[in-house]
Amino acid sequence: MPHSLSPESTPAGESSREMSQAEDIKPEPETQDATMEDAPSPPAPAPTEKSRVNLEELFDDDDSDGEFASSAPVKSEEEASQPAPLKITSRSSFSDPEIMRAFYQRLFPFRYLFQWLNHSQTPANDFAHREFAFTLPNDAYLRYQSFPTADLLRKQCIQMLPSRFEIGPMYSTNPRDRKTLRKASAFRPLMKELVFDIDMTDYDDIRTCCTGASICHRCWVFITMAIKVVDIALREDFGFSHILWVYSGRRGAHAWVCDKRARLMDDQKRRAIAGYLELLKGGDQGGKKVNVRRPLHPHLERSLDILKEHFQTSILAEQDPWASSEKSSHLLNLLPDPTLRAALQKKWDSAPNRASASKWADIDTLAKSGALSKTSKELLEAKQDIVLEYTYPRLDAEVSKKLNHLLKSPFVIHPGTGRVCVPIDTRRVEEFDPLGVPTVTQLLQEIDEWKCEEGEKKVQDWEKTSLKPYVDYFRKFVAGLMEEEKPALKRERQEGADAMEF
Amino acid sequence: MIRHDYSRVDSKRRANLSHKKKQFAKAEFQEQTYEHRLNFYVLPPTAEITLEEFEQWAIDRLKVLSELEACTFRNKGPEETAEYMKSILEKYLPMRSGTSKGQHLHEERKKDHYSHFILRLAFSATEDLRRRFSRLETMLFQLRFKDDDHIERQKFVRSLNLEWEEVQEAEKRELKEKLLAAAGGGMRNREEQEWFKVDWERVPLLVEQRRVFLKRGKAYVPQREQMSLVVAEFTKTLDEALELTSRALPRLDEDDRLAPILAHLSQSFTAPDAAYSSSDANIDGLSTLTANSIDTLSQNFPLCMRNLHTTLRENSHLKHFGRLQYTLFLKGIGLSLDECIIFWRRSFKLMTDDKFTKEYRYNIRHSYGDVGGDSNRRGRGYTPYSCQKLLTEPLPGPGQTHGCPYRTFTPDNLISVLQRVGVNERDVLKTVREDVGKQRYHVACNRVFEWSHKREIKKVKDDGSWNATDLDTIVHPNTYFKRSWLLKHLGEGNAGIVNGGSGDTMEE
Ligand SMILES: [Zn+2]
Repeated sequence: MPHSLSPESTPAGESSREMSQAEDIKPEPETQDATMEDAPSPPAPAPTEKSRVNLEELFDDDDSDGEFASSAPVKSEEEASQPAPLKITSRSSFSDPEIMRAFYQRLFPFRYLFQWLNHSQTPANDFAHREFAFTLPNDAYLRYQSFPTADLLRKQCIQMLPSRFEIGPMYSTNPRDRKTLRKASAFRPLMKELVFDIDMTDYDDIRTCCTGASICHRCWVFITMAIKVVDIALREDFGFSHILWVYSGRRGAHAWVCDKRARLMDDQKRRAIAGYLELLKGGDQGGKKVNVRRPLHPHLERSLDILKEHFQTSILAEQDPWASSEKSSHLLNLLPDPTLRAALQKKWDSAPNRASASKWADIDTLAKSGALSKTSKELLEAKQDIVLEYTYPRLDAEVSKKLNHLLKSPFVIHPGTGRVCVPIDTRRVEEFDPLGVPTVTQLLQEIDEWKCEEGEKKVQDWEKTSLKPYVDYFRKFVAGLMEEEKPALKRERQEGADAMEF
Repeated sequence: MIRHDYSRVDSKRRANLSHKKKQFAKAEFQEQTYEHRLNFYVLPPTAEITLEEFEQWAIDRLKVLSELEACTFRNKGPEETAEYMKSILEKYLPMRSGTSKGQHLHEERKKDHYSHFILRLAFSATEDLRRRFSRLETMLFQLRFKDDDHIERQKFVRSLNLEWEEVQEAEKRELKEKLLAAAGGGMRNREEQEWFKVDWERVPLLVEQRRVFLKRGKAYVPQREQMSLVVAEFTKTLDEALELTSRALPRLDEDDRLAPILAHLSQSFTAPDAAYSSSDANIDGLSTLTANSIDTLSQNFPLCMRNLHTTLRENSHLKHFGRLQYTLFLKGIGLSLDECIIFWRRSFKLMTDDKFTKEYRYNIRHSYGDVGGDSNRRGRGYTPYSCQKLLTEPLPGPGQTHGCPYRTFTPDNLISVLQRVGVNERDVLKTVREDVGKQRYHVACNRVFEWSHKREIKKVKDDGSWNATDLDTIVHPNTYFKRSWLLKHLGEGNAGIVNGGSGDTMEE
């Protein structure tokens, strides 16, 4: 079957290049800015406050306080941060405090993040009662943070310079007040997006191109396949439409299902969806991982249709998962027919380096030539199970099952790679290149290199960088979500009135 | 909607279950017609019943629920439970299908209806009781739903007006392949090939197991999965109603007749009460008991009595309540007064004859009804204590050993005592620990019984020599002994039948 991936996104010279996560990033901070050198390490508040003020004086011509607090079409956060005298080169380390500070000040789209979680421009409890959890530079983990407005979140980020932060549920009361409540039951999670976490670690037993934290374009296909299968199920089967996929910054992806119907689900319903999508059972020692009944459930039938093309190219050709005899014995174990197994074993013993694609083809060839003691239907089903074992999404289901589970925010920086956790446009999921995702140092450099043209209106910092398409995508996504919540609000009021009457 | 202030009792000792004050409620007194065998219990009862009926019906339903609970704790599967419950339901809460018209039908349904509402009052006081009640009522409903007549069930489901959209022919044709695939095949007859469309959130378990086809948020539920929908709806309705009832409860305190009954009922939820039956003393194959037999027989004693026996042997003494509990039990298993006096005299071996005669002998005779007032003698003394009696009396003080060890011992001590008497399977001990943690002491005791007699129980079940009633949940220490002894002496001339008793193969 032909490979359906678009080759443009993976230039031949680069496709097999492994990405070492520390590549190009040398830990030599190049700080040419006096205020930067003053920057103390957080979270010592007083001096940080001082340096914050200095920085803002340096970058801002307006005071940005409160500008994210409402829908008022005033200055945006980005306006608050130009012009930019900060010089950052690729030799700066992405975890330097000044880099992180500049990132939160100039690039992080707090305004859209606020709108995304608040579902409206006007500050409301949807945002104010949300839990944020900060991971500080000294690895301290601060839970139950909450913020009335985007700007206060931004301020705390600039002050504490978290290496990343996570987003939890919206609670019945402000998370910061949880200890002052008389009854513990008064503090309970009310809603959160349904989330998914797909991580390459779960593919380590079938991934041959890379190990550990490294990824390349070949293995990224595992994540692409997972996104395709999960996304379509969430849309077609469950009827969700506001699904945000986000690159996790290294070797995986997260999904945020933001439809109100999804946000309100209790744990039982989250478990139901996780279970519906989960297929592989058993650990590395468990033998056959896919055991599904026939006829295949329509969701699995559809998934198989999507996945079998990838299987030919991405798995058989690129991963070559059964090259060694040790690996091919696993393949044999997955076949139900002892006669066929023996025949294949014999054949492969005499040709030790036979490629996986040929071995896969051998199964049918030998079966046809009579080495089959069971029915061809059984063989077909076993082969389908194998395709699923090597391609079907491997979800970290526990993440999805709990309303109060926290997940890393979009647009934060992965502390190991310096890459921004950007959204993935599912309409062009196959073009997404994790190795092409900008790093924070690269972005700040792009701001510096940007040349203001005569007569052009003020341009926000993120617009000067390769982060622009990602922020644009996010902005549109959030706008779509807010649009849908608007009539819902009205409808609720209407229904409320009806109920009163009743 | 449901109101819960149907608690007035008029002066003629009638429980008036009206849901409005009498003067406004004339029309409400019209009796319900009970068109369906199954009932969602949405409408509260409106007619009058006697106080005796009130109590008896509630006790009968309680018996059924307790047995159901016992089934779950013993991990009986659905089929096994249904089989086990058959005779119990037939005895306490029979419900015939609509084809057998007549007054009986009406009476059965009325009893079902009323007893449900009475227990609702009794069990809405605490969160824990509400949960248990809801779970057991759901089980009962499911049990009945399953064996309901196909057509009648269909009518009942329609009458519920649940918001289910039936999948029309055109859509069925369009989606047929997918619908069949999701249902996992195996739909042979046309009748089964019907589907409902509901929001998927209403059938999370079916979704989790991929047993329904999903399309844009709707789950296509096959007819045969209908039960889980109806049952979920039943639970939801009941849970909401119980919440309301609990809020309405304080008003019941005004009533001096219902309150004690209801209190008693909710107490009995600990263990169903069982009167001692003299037949428990009449054991086929067990020769006349003597004081000497007790040591051997104590192996067949429930833990409460075995503990007393061990303590007695260790200390050569037992305190008053322990003595009373044990004496009545021994009387219950058939030990004569004379032998009983001998037993105690020998057991208190550090005591002088004089002291024994003065201080103890009389009490033993009193327990046997040999002395005391007329009523005591007429009633042949006290009745052996039931599990419920042991579970509801005050906890023993220092040095006292009476009561039910499952309740009075700390879990750690209980486990080590059980191990000492040979209960050594870790799973059993673990579940016993859980049982007592949830205050299901009689369930723990029954579990231990079943484990200690599992081979014998299997045998009598397999050869059909014992029926389900013979293996009812044990709620009386004397039943425990009798059943244990019979099971351990199978094939020794006793057939495991209650009455008669000519055998003499008393084994040492
Ligand atoms: Zn790779």
